[in-house]
Amino acid sequence: MSPAQTIEQYLPSHPFFAGLDDEAIALVTGCAVNAHFRPGQHLFREGEPADTFFVVRSGRVAIQMRLPTQAAVLDTAREGDVVGWSWLVPPYRWTFDAVATEETSVVSIDGACLRGKCETDPALGYALLQRVVQVMSTRLHSARVRLLDLYGSRP
Amino acid sequence: MTAPTTMLPRPFRVTRTSRDTQDTRTLDLEAVDGAPLTFAAGQFTMLHAFGVGEVPISISGDPGRPETLRHTIRNVGSVSRALAGASAGTVLGVRGPFGTGWQVRDGHGGDVVFVAGGIGLAPLRPAILEVCRARGDYGRVALLYGARTPEDILFGDDLRSWGADHDIDVEVTVDSGPHAWRGNVGLVTQLIDRAAFDAARTLALICGPEVMMRHSAVALGDRGVPRSRIRLSMERNMKCGVGLCGHCQLREYFLCLDGPVLAYDVLEPLMAQAEL
Repeated sequence: MSPAQTIEQYLPSHPFFAGLDDEAIALVTGCAVNAHFRPGQHLFREGEPADTFFVVRSGRVAIQMRLPTQAAVLDTAREGDVVGWSWLVPPYRWTFDAVATEETSVVSIDGACLRGKCETDPALGYALLQRVVQVMSTRLHSARVRLLDLYGSRP
Repeated sequence: MTAPTTMLPRPFRVTRTSRDTQDTRTLDLEAVDGAPLTFAAGQFTMLHAFGVGEVPISISGDPGRPETLRHTIRNVGSVSRALAGASAGTVLGVRGPFGTGWQVRDGHGGDVVFVAGGIGLAPLRPAILEVCRARGDYGRVALLYGARTPEDILFGDDLRSWGADHDIDVEVTVDSGPHAWRGNVGLVTQLIDRAAFDAARTLALICGPEVMMRHSAVALGDRGVPRSRIRLSMERNMKCGVGLCGHCQLREYFLCLDGPVLAYDVLEPLMAQAEL
């Protein structure tokens, strides 16, 4: 991915949006802006309203949970990864923190805007839901396998 | 008729020990009789702590330097505890080397992907060193390594050197990381999805817990790596090391003899069967 690409050039070539028709892509790009986060800056915080999601263009994002004394990193996202699905799932509230761990550029997509469009266009809603479920499935699989603590036992 | 050298432990003296992680030690050994133990990357020995017992341990040393036998041992039981706790000067018994190797030279002219999980990096280390020695014979080389936590990452100096000095794309991920960890957190299979290699010309070598290997092999297959070019190092309860006792039998295969390294097209149907 070239950093010089505009959102209109970048999003249609991204696997998450592959297969969406031109009209749907136009809707998504109309709800999207570029954003940049410095190391340590939050993309979102647990408990806050989830009205956006992010496509990481470069850098790294830690998805983490605050603990009494520090935070535990549960997952990381890098170039090409999609961060955030709570914008599509009631009650539309973030369940984790997301923090940039290095200089990070993202496309920030207005999920509240897309939710409204999904309500009126079920085909678009289904297409986006399919894609979000795939992200959720990958992260759920990762979490389940890690629950096995495979490296803690003999290989 | 089994050659006596395969059943009778040869005495080796520990010449150097190092602590890799909280529960893992590396031992360098030299034969008391001075004769080097020539081995192929991927082979293992039966390592004997006298008076305690014997376990199979993969060789983690450099096949180009057979005068030093190197083993990286995780303390998970009474024998491995005795071995990992051996100090310089201790004499241990060694039978072998046994089993098939990685045959990494089959990757000449193409890309090579190493996928390691936990202590599984140790059996891959000899093959990685082989690639480093003839780096120009290979295309892109990636090492994808998953560990439990940052404190459990093995061979930190090697990882840095392989990336910096040998043009190997080294990617490490951990199952869980503290706040200060700035690297990847997630499954090693997620590293496969983003690694750069020409799947049709790739040789993939995987070592780690069986579930991790199965998922990694599937991910590599999904990327288009031929199943015959995906090799896994299997672990079972090896005892005799020469295919006689049957402890390590996996259907028609004796893993101490036919393995431990086998191709995924052979293993795939076997790995799908419960309790095999």
